[in-house]
Amino acid sequence: MMTFIWVSLILVVLSMIGIMFRVFRGPSVPDRLIALDGIGVMLISAIALISILFDTAFFIDVILLIAIMSFIGTVSFSKFIEKGEIIERDRNC
Amino acid sequence: MTVIANILIVTSILVGLIFTFVTMIGILRLPDVYTRAHAASKSATLGVLSILLGVFFHFWLKEDHFSISLLLGIVFLFITSPIGGHLMGRAAYMSGVKPTDLTVGDDLKEAVKEAREQNMKRLKD
Repeated sequence: MMTFIWVSLILVVLSMIGIMFRVFRGPSVPDRLIALDGIGVMLISAIALISILFDTAFFIDVILLIAIMSFIGTVSFSKFIEKGEIIERDRNC
Repeated sequence: MTVIANILIVTSILVGLIFTFVTMIGILRLPDVYTRAHAASKSATLGVLSILLGVFFHFWLKEDHFSISLLLGIVFLFITSPIGGHLMGRAAYMSGVKPTDLTVGDDLKEAVKEAREQNMKRLKD
């Protein structure tokens, strides 16, 4: 059972490294944004597997925290790409 | 009982692994921002949901620890990940990234042009 968890953790980390390629040489900025969002999602599953390996349930809160932080980062960055500013002053837009 | 628990855990984590790997292949090989966003948002969400479900089964059936925050994390990811994908695709379209040459139709272009003209007219008044 532990061997299976180790192998799956290694596969998840390998796919994170594969997505890093798209972060380094994506042709445009939204490409890198999409790849970073995918890395955040895979980091969540890696931490879930690590919490099985270390046999503790205290890492579970980290999962929720990373999910919230990744969502806020994605929303603010895509708003910056779309409009050029994150928090606007004009109320009529 | 232990055999059934093991089968549940291994099946869930295996499905999650397959979808995570498919996400990586899709992001590396698809030709376009929009197709890449399609691959990333759908299959990455299903992969992480299955892996979290497997971890939830492990803590519940083997260690008698019913983890509410893992269920909350599953629900939160299921709600927010498609919203993130939608926002990234919209930001890519509005910032002017061209779709690939294989694309047949682009209905959003006329709608965006019409909305911009109406906005200019409203600003002029």
